[in-house]
Formats: sequence, structure tokens, C-alpha cells
Amino acid sequence: MLDHELRTMIDEVKDGRMDRRGFVQRMLAFGLTAPMATQILAVGGVAMAESPSAYKPTKRGGGGALKLLWWQGPTLLNPHFATGTKDQDGSRLFYEPLACWDPDGNMKLVLAAEIPSLQNGGLAADGMSVTWKLKPGVKWHDGKPFNADDVVFNWEYARDPATATVTIGVHRNITVEKIDDLTVKITFTKPTPFWADAFVGAPGSIIPKHLFAEYKGAKSREAPNNLAPVGTGPYKFVEFKPGDIIRGELNPDYHMPNRPYFDTLEMKGGGDAVSAARAVIQTGEYDFGWNIQVEDDILLRLEKGGKGKTIYAVGGDTEFIALNFTDPNTEIDGERSSIKTKHPLLSDPAVRKALAMLVDREAVKKVIYGRAGRVTSNFLNGPEKFVSKNTTWEFSVEKASKLLEDAGWKAGADGIREKDGKKLKLLYQTAINGPRQKTQAIVKQACQKAGIDVELKSVVASVFFSSDVANPDTYAKFYADLEMFQIPMSQPDPSQLMRRFHSRNVATKENKWQGVNFPRWVNKDFDAAVDAAEGETDAVKRAALYIKANEIMMQDVVFIPVMHRLKVEACANTLRPVVSGWANETDNLFDWYREATG
Amino acid sequence: MSQYVLRRLLIAVPSLLGISLVLFIVLALAPGDPFSELATNPNVPPEVAASLRAKFGLDDPIYLRYLHWITAMLHGDWGFSFVSRMNVDTLILQRLPATLYIIGSAQILALCIAIPVGVFAATRPYSIFDQVANTLAFIGFSLPTFFTGLLFILLFSITLDWLPFVYTSDIKATGFRWVVEQVRQAIMPVMVLGLFQAASMTRFVRSAMLDVIRLDYVTTARAKGLGQPRVIIKHAMRNALIPVVTLVALQMPAVFGGAIVTEQIFRIPGIGSLLISSILSNDTPVVMAVTFVFACLVVLFNLIADVLYGWLDPRISLR
Repeated sequence: MLDHELRTMIDEVKDGRMDRRGFVQRMLAFGLTAPMATQILAVGGVAMAESPSAYKPTKRGGGGALKLLWWQGPTLLNPHFATGTKDQDGSRLFYEPLACWDPDGNMKLVLAAEIPSLQNGGLAADGMSVTWKLKPGVKWHDGKPFNADDVVFNWEYARDPATATVTIGVHRNITVEKIDDLTVKITFTKPTPFWADAFVGAPGSIIPKHLFAEYKGAKSREAPNNLAPVGTGPYKFVEFKPGDIIRGELNPDYHMPNRPYFDTLEMKGGGDAVSAARAVIQTGEYDFGWNIQVEDDILLRLEKGGKGKTIYAVGGDTEFIALNFTDPNTEIDGERSSIKTKHPLLSDPAVRKALAMLVDREAVKKVIYGRAGRVTSNFLNGPEKFVSKNTTWEFSVEKASKLLEDAGWKAGADGIREKDGKKLKLLYQTAINGPRQKTQAIVKQACQKAGIDVELKSVVASVFFSSDVANPDTYAKFYADLEMFQIPMSQPDPSQLMRRFHSRNVATKENKWQGVNFPRWVNKDFDAAVDAAEGETDAVKRAALYIKANEIMMQDVVFIPVMHRLKVEACANTLRPVVSGWANETDNLFDWYREATG
Repeated sequence: MSQYVLRRLLIAVPSLLGISLVLFIVLALAPGDPFSELATNPNVPPEVAASLRAKFGLDDPIYLRYLHWITAMLHGDWGFSFVSRMNVDTLILQRLPATLYIIGSAQILALCIAIPVGVFAATRPYSIFDQVANTLAFIGFSLPTFFTGLLFILLFSITLDWLPFVYTSDIKATGFRWVVEQVRQAIMPVMVLGLFQAASMTRFVRSAMLDVIRLDYVTTARAKGLGQPRVIIKHAMRNALIPVVTLVALQMPAVFGGAIVTEQIFRIPGIGSLLISSILSNDTPVVMAVTFVFACLVVLFNLIADVLYGWLDPRISLR
């Protein structure tokens, strides 16, 4: 049905019977719109339009200083070595990709001259290649011209295992060739529906060949420009102290008209999120504070009479409770939570379903996340076209109790339910973090009312998220029954996220717990849906496959979604930043400006 | 005297070697892999992390790694940070001025408060002044720096809006304005650290003074008809300061410890915050170097204390 509707609509846009905006609005009405709407159109055969920019200034410069506060300061400035988003953010101040993502998840041109599509021949109909046209006349900060050789070089540089880049995975399985000075062609080894991975967004930033050519491979660390970037961006590099400060100044030769607005740029690192919020919202010492993970009531208090406010960007990050499908308390060949075991309590679907009913998402939103969260019944919460509309959730202690009662879990003398001598006692772990621990308390209370005894545990984040094989408290080892965190969704496409839970990725001792399927959930239908989606070039069918994969997950209660989390940033009242939930905060920096009145 | 200093210096060398060995072993045995971020990244094949480990000698036995480290260190090569891929010495030199500036000023402030207040209180025990000073000192060292730091921020930055609470390592202004800005941003951290130090030191100075002031030679000096200031400053204080010097020197590690917290609160790019972030990211070369710098500082301050003893009480350096 939806498939048919979408197809008709795409045809209408193609024939010119419906305009692009109308298409997006109609998709909204169908509940199926649309950060990726344009990408649907692109693969459906309609050229992508560049999204309109809200940028108002009519001349370059004159905007004074822009002061950014990153409570985790960038520690290096080479996009190919950037291990966390903070390093990507820092590199992106100076380096640029071919295109980036706007707040709606639409593609926005940076160093490319046009968005590849079937019409302009950029996109191969079989999904096997994409051809990018580069913007002419772009110059590196040192005056040298930017061209196709630079793009090809970045591919060679990143895919060389000796260079040891973090971007190797993106570049390993593609081939990049120069067609002419301003055209490059990327060839894939299999049909690739999400063709905008290499050279797009912050991790796709391009470094200059003429400064890095000598430092490809084993000598990569010795490049002097690792610490002194020479890019094509709106701001030129001035100074860098790792973890502390980055300075930049206006690039007078920038390739976009009237940009950039600010004369100088400063990114200060260090401290914590609350005081960053305070320095931006309350005292106005800084213009923009990154990633303000703070309880909403604190933010509301800071905003009263303050010089700034919080702004929100919608992406696909989901805070969830994962259920362990294996037994964390039985050791097999020196391995707990072994895939050879079954969880004694959670393998009962009734227990899993009851647990899902005991998570009061409305209360969690009201008490903890406030404006920074949306209640959801899905694990996959974006982009919109991949979000299932068929799932529901409810909070009911009575129904949960009845479900357990019917499944044979009877309350014992201590009020805790038991069956076959097994008591309904669960260990629920998370990373130390205010909102997470408050959520734990809310869930525990509801579980208690339904006769489930929940023991809470919280682990320091640096241990919980580490891959340290010797440590028993990592999320990947999952030596608990339930655990809660979120997996950041770094691109407007679900393939990377959903692939994690394929049964071949189960975390075991054998793969040193580097398998990313930590709930150790195995489901053939899910595997099949994900496998099929990976190679499906028909955007509509592909979306349907991911929707189905999400629904299988929800049916099996692998995850209990707690909150669809938005990105929260602190921002001066006068600043007009452009922040996308699908990209790094600095990805659209060229469009930032200040308005005289807040 | 010079022989005494030389002797002390010769003792410092083996202690530093011992400290470095212990630090190295502890770090090598501690869990955590500097390349764990690479290992968790699904886009990075495991071979990359493995080849990096081999390249940097992380798979060698500990004694070989230690020998590599110590020989490199003797050649002035401190290694490089796995996280920012820059040389560790550059990284530390970038951070050291801020730490020394803040801690040095705080320590001077502490001494400027503690010595006069302590001495004055000891000369008039149980007077009103003594009791007030005592009470304030008690409050002062019961309040941890992270608490007073926040309190100061709330009061001076937010309510009164007088001082900035984010420390900027390079202020753009020049000349006099630069000095003013430097002082302005240092006021709060220096006060927080300095007052905390001053509180415990005041009590120490007072009791050291009380011990000395009752001794016979002080009474003799008074009996000779010397004036009160002269007796106190020349006779009593000089001797009372010996234990104070010990305290100041031995407290330096604790001050650096307190500074780690203060550096976090005010975003001071000092070696304390460098240490924290390096520990969190398992950046072992930096952790090793920073802890070693701390160890050097501790040894250095002990040395200074020893030399000062010799100056304050020449009998010590003869022994």
C-alpha cells in the first residue's frame, strides 16, 4: 500500500505534476516523511535539489568573534585519525567534504558542484557507482588549487592499512578514480543504496595531497600538518593546543559567496556539560556550547533571564534498555553470557513483554529529558522514512502483572514472583550519568509493584564503553540481565546501526567481545531483512525492509526504547547556528551568523 | 653547604629511577588499551590496531619496554601521545605554565596569609583574634576545593558577574590589559586553592610557633630586654619555620592533586586536566610522562626543603 502510494508520488514528481515540497508534505501526511525524502527521490529517479539556506548576511566578515565551548576539547585535527566526534568537529572547522547534511537530513553541497542523480548521470542506475563533479576555483588555505587529485589521494591515504586511519572502513571497499580535473568516480563492489558515505559529512573531510603525499602509510604520524590543518574551509587555522583551544580566522578566499560571517573563531575545550551550559546560557561568556546532556529542569532554570537558550536537533539516537538473551550467571568455557546458554528468566517472552510494559516513558520524559526527548515505541527512530508506524507501547503495572500471572509467575512470600523455583530477580546496569540513574530508579519502582526485584548497578562510563578485554563491566560483555545506554546514529541511514544486530555479530569471548550484537540475540527473519536491505537499491523496498527489521526487534523485545533523544546545544540568543541531528555540530558552520537582536 | 646539596642531588637520582620503574610497571599492568577506540570502531579492521601495537612495541615484554622508555627519556625523547599524535614534551610544556602560574600564586597567597596570621595568633593564644582565625581555618580546610570552586563561580561569575569562570590560555589583549586579564581569570582558582592551603597551614604555623615560644631561649631573649617584634621574628619564627618548610614541601603533591580538581572546574589547561583526560583515553605515554613530572616535582620540592633546612638550621647540613 505505502509502497504503491510512494511510487505514484515519485512518478508525479518526475512528471512535474507535484513539486518537491508537495511531495515532502504528502509524505508527512503518510507518516513517512522525510529527512531522506530527497534521497528517495534521487534513487527514484528525481534529481536532488540543494536545500535552501537560511543564511542572511550579504557580505563576508564583520561578524566579530565566534566563541565555541566544547566540554571535551578536540585532541587532533586530522579527519582520518579522528576517533570521536570531538575530533571530527575540530577537523571540520578547517577541512571540508564534498557535501554535508542539513538539519532535515538533506544533502548540502560543499566542495561538489552538483548532487549526483540519475538525471545528471552522477548516479549509476545499478547502484554500482557514483560520479561527483567538483566545484571549480576552490583553493586550499595556502593558495594551491583543489582538484580531483586531492579526492583520489584521500582514498589512497585512508585505505592504506599502514596509515592506520579510522576512515579505512569507508574507503577499503570502494575504488576512486579521476575522470578529469574536476570529476571523480567512486565504484562500489556491490549495489550500494547509501552511496553518500565516502567524502560526505565530517568524517568525509578532504585533506590536501600536496601537504600529505609524503606522509602516506607508516610515516603518517610525522606529518607536520596533522597539527596545523590547511583546508578549504571558511576559517583558516591559527593555533591549536590539544584538548584546550583551537583558533581560526576568516578565510578571505572562501568559495561560498558572502561567507563566512565571523572574523575569528575560537573553540575552547575542557570542563563539564553543566558549566558549559552556564557559560553560554547564563553568563554569555561563550556563544555556543556543544552536547549539553543536562537535566531539563536545570536548563530551564538557567534559561530564566539568561543570555542564551537551548536548541534541539532531531536525529536518530535512541536511549534503550537491552535485554540479555544469554545467561550472565552461568560460565561455559570461562565465558559468562555465552551464546551457548539461554537466559533463565528473559527467555520467557511473557517476562520480556511485561518488562516493556513497566517502563513509563512518559514519566521519564517528564521528569528527566523534557524537551530533549520524545517518547517512542521503536528502536529505529530516524530518518523518518525508516520509522515504523505499526508499533505501540503502553505503561501498565496491572497488565504486566496479569501477563506474568498468566505465564505462571506467582508471587512468593516476599512479594517477588517465582516459577519453577526461579525468582524474578534482575540486575540492571548502565553507565554513571544522572539521567540514566534516574531512569533506572523509575523503572525499578514500577517493576517492584509488579513483583519483579530489580537490582541497580552503574559503571563509570570510561569502563562501561571500553573494549578492555580484562574488564568484566563493559557493555559488550553484558554480565547483567538488563543494560541501558544509546548508540549514536552518525549518518542519516540505518544500515550501520541495524547491521550490528545480525547474528554473525554476536559478542563472544572468541571475538574478544568485539562483536557488536551485545544482547546476543539471534533471529533468522531479522538477519534476512537486514541482508536484503543492504543490497536493495529500490529506496522504497529498502525502507520497508528496515521497518520490518525494527518491528521484528520490537516483537521479540530485544530492546525497550526509553527515549528518542534529540541533540541539545546551548546557544547565545543572537547566534543563528545551523545544527543537524544527522551530522556533527560544525558540519554547517559556514551558514552560521549572528543577528543584532536576540 | 654545597657538598650537602650535592649529596641530596645524588640521592634524588636513584629515587627518580625507582619511581619511574614503579610507575611504568603499574601502568603496564593496568587494564586498558590505548588503541581500544580503534578496536571498538566497526570501520577499522583489527589488523590496523595490531600493526600499530607492534609498531610502537606494545607487545614487547615489560622490561624491554621500560629499557626503551628510559633510554629514549635520557635522550630527551618523551614519546608521543597516542591520542593527539604529538610529542609528549610539547604537550606538557604547553600545559605546564598554567599549572605553575596557578599553583605558584596559590602557594604564595597561602604563605602570605598563613605565616602572619599563624604567628600573630600564637603570640596571643586564646585571644579573640586567635579564636576567629582558628574557626576560619577549620571551616577552610573542611570545605573541599570542588565545593568552594562552585560557590565562587556562583557568587562572582553568575550573581555578581565580576569574573570570568572559563580560563583562556592565550588572551588576545596585549600590554597592561593582558596582565589585567591574566590576573582576573586567575583570581578565583588561586583563591580557591590558596585559601584551602592557607587554612591548614595557619594552624600548623600557630602550633609550631606555640611550641617554640615557650622554650627557654626565647624567654632568655626577652629577659635580655629585646623588643617583642625582634624576639618573635628573629628568634622564635626562624626556628618555628623549619617544620613549616617540611609541610609546604611535602604538601606539594597534595596541592597538585587539589589542582587537578580545580583545573577541571575552571577549565585551566594545566597538566592536571591533561592527566585526567589521558587516563580516561588510556593514553599511556602521556600518563607516564605526567606522573613522572609530578614525581620530579615532588623530589625537587623535597630537595628545596632540605636546602632550606640547611639554611634555617646550619646544624642539619653538617650532619
